Amino acid sequence: MSDPGGVVTHPSHVAHEVHHEELGFWRKYVFSTDHKVIGIQYAVTGLLFLLFGFSLMMLMRWNLAYPGAALPWLGAILGDARMPGGTMLPEFYNELGAMHGTIMVFLGVVPLAVGGFGNFVLPLQIGAPDMAFPKINMVSYWCLFLGGITMLASFVIPAGGAAQSGWTSYVPLADIAGTGQTWWLVGMVFLITSSLLGALNFITTTIQLRAKGLTFMRFPFFVWAQFVTAFLLLLAFPPLEGAAVMQLMDRVAGTSFFLPSGLVVSGQALTNAGGGNPLLWQHLFWFLAHPEVYVLILPGMGIVAEIIANNTRKPLWGYRSMVYSLVFLGFMSFIVWAHHMFMTGMGTAMAAFFQTTTMIISIPSVVILTSLIISLWGGSIRFNTPMLFALAFLPMFGIGGLTGLPLGLNITDIPLHDTYYVIAHFHYVVAPGTIFALMAGIYYWYPKATGRRMNETLGKIHFLGSLICMNVVFMPMFIVGLAGVSRRLADGGASYDFAQPVLHWNVWSSWGAWTLALFQLPFIFNFFWSIWKGEKVTENPWQATTIEWSAPSPPPHGNFLGAPAAYRGPYEYSVPGAPKDFWPQYEA
Amino acid sequence: MDIPYTVEVRRDTGLTNGKIGIWLFLASEVMLFGALFASYILIRTGAPTWPRGDTMLDVPLATLNTIILISSSVTMVMAWASLMRRRFETFRIYMGGTILLGLGFLVVKYFEYSAHFHEGALPHTNNFLAIYYTLTGLHGLHVLGGMVVNAYFWGPGAKLWKTNPVWFTNRVENAGLFWHFVDLVWIFLFPTLYLL
Repeated sequence: MSDPGGVVTHPSHVAHEVHHEELGFWRKYVFSTDHKVIGIQYAVTGLLFLLFGFSLMMLMRWNLAYPGAALPWLGAILGDARMPGGTMLPEFYNELGAMHGTIMVFLGVVPLAVGGFGNFVLPLQIGAPDMAFPKINMVSYWCLFLGGITMLASFVIPAGGAAQSGWTSYVPLADIAGTGQTWWLVGMVFLITSSLLGALNFITTTIQLRAKGLTFMRFPFFVWAQFVTAFLLLLAFPPLEGAAVMQLMDRVAGTSFFLPSGLVVSGQALTNAGGGNPLLWQHLFWFLAHPEVYVLILPGMGIVAEIIANNTRKPLWGYRSMVYSLVFLGFMSFIVWAHHMFMTGMGTAMAAFFQTTTMIISIPSVVILTSLIISLWGGSIRFNTPMLFALAFLPMFGIGGLTGLPLGLNITDIPLHDTYYVIAHFHYVVAPGTIFALMAGIYYWYPKATGRRMNETLGKIHFLGSLICMNVVFMPMFIVGLAGVSRRLADGGASYDFAQPVLHWNVWSSWGAWTLALFQLPFIFNFFWSIWKGEKVTENPWQATTIEWSAPSPPPHGNFLGAPAAYRGPYEYSVPGAPKDFWPQYEA
Repeated sequence: MDIPYTVEVRRDTGLTNGKIGIWLFLASEVMLFGALFASYILIRTGAPTWPRGDTMLDVPLATLNTIILISSSVTMVMAWASLMRRRFETFRIYMGGTILLGLGFLVVKYFEYSAHFHEGALPHTNNFLAIYYTLTGLHGLHVLGGMVVNAYFWGPGAKLWKTNPVWFTNRVENAGLFWHFVDLVWIFLFPTLYLL
């Protein structure tokens, strides 16, 4: 073997000096610089925010299914400012809607997928002792924490409650909205800083701290996915930071970046200088938020690829095509953003450009998904819980992706824009898509983090219930959306005649959501119970090939007992003539 | 536990971790200021009238500030070069000079701002002033941030020189890269806001 890594082995890779390094409780578990602890902090924070964001949605689903009906006892707890007599005020509905989107995207999925799995798994998979900048890593988590606290606090501030202008915070509405919007902007600045620090850490770690012999084309697909994701975070988030600063200036210093001349609000002409451009916000927002869509999905694809290769006991089909697709997809994601803005009257030339790039970017996604499906061919598949979630990811993401095509084409987007069809489309991508992939990842790497396996029976109940409920929630939304019901109505369309024939589907979606919550109980129980009572495992319980499985479970501070090295590609399963059906990357 | 390649370079990439980190950070900064410059262009092209910068702003003071900031970049390079030649005392002088020049920049900026405030030229007066205050304010924060980092290496951070001079030199070089970037942003801001 040539020496493609070309690495001088460094004695401090070796972790025996670890044991005489005694840290107190606070440094070890709270203000830790260990990537594994930070990864778990991120993951737990992300899971809690997912639960919180889901609860906001369950509350909204009450008013959508039974508009105007009083919610028995919860309404009384939330008080007269939000639910007088138990009926939901539209303003409160708007708060819930804006914060559901913000929390699920920026505080739920991204912290879990990138902060959690990226921090915990990536350094282990490349054989690194830690992240390249451990202190920056800690600061990154605490920025996220502050951002989360700011967002939560905005619900209980005296004047007006949380942001109400949607997760997109479109102007001029957001410019003239209540105080909650300012809190939202400040919270976003913390979250953006957190992502930025995380992203440069991931890229540097991947380039610099690879084990000896681990060339880029020997990376597990998950490492590639995180690497490309980090570039998206690094380069797409700063424009939103700039836009957030400008919106903050509009709100606090009275500037008019996004306020056009002659704006009249509730019959009152605004006294601002004017001359601003509301579309500027949309451009800057979607310049972030389209790459953000890929930030949400790529780590999920990476997790699914790992689990499929492991449980089909076969190499991934078309690994190189998948990697090239990933890089191309990352690049293209920067030049498709205005397909969210076909309704702004941008003109046919611009619309033609953006719908063409949008059709082009669907090709690499299809290549990756197709490669994953072909990888199943001829394998003797192990149907354990992680694999079930990973398998369900494929058709769910497929539905989400294919229903996106009509939204990417100018002419079909116009009638569908801002209807429930859009909600159904991107939730299929993110909820039964990404979140299933994340669940698969939790069941798959849980033994590495704790040294114990999660219970399989509870896992399968969790899986089956979630799969059915997710489809009961989101499939009806396609029907409601195709009937033309807007996604922003607090009563779910009850005040419109044309919506009457489809309103009963709202009840289906709501009951689906509440049942979905019940099916998360086995997961929550399993998650805690298995920490103490789960089946004990050794370092490689899934008979996997990648480097993280050579570390002890759980890995000590410094991760590996010796200096790890890579001798071959990441998925050498069922190699003809080999003594066992897997040939780990790390075995000489 | 030590992280590899903080001091010595990795052979196949030829870089230390810090060098990659600072360049990635600068890439994100380019995107931040790029978005604001793009917003400037969009708002200006959409406006029926737009004042020439020199009718609203103080060009001589800004020219002085340009000279100050370029000089501070020179002293920053000299500070790093002194460390490369193992002259710590010279480093202290040049680094101190860089910090003082940065302070000078902010003092001049303060006089500019307060003059505008007295004339009643505030951020909400018109969109020219809005983008002027936003861009120069954000740039000023970057100058302040750079000064904090430089002051750390001039003062408490300099202890590292005694134990690990190569690492310390690398850190000063990375701080210098940030400082030059802040300088470069001003080189773009000055003609865009004051002259065009």
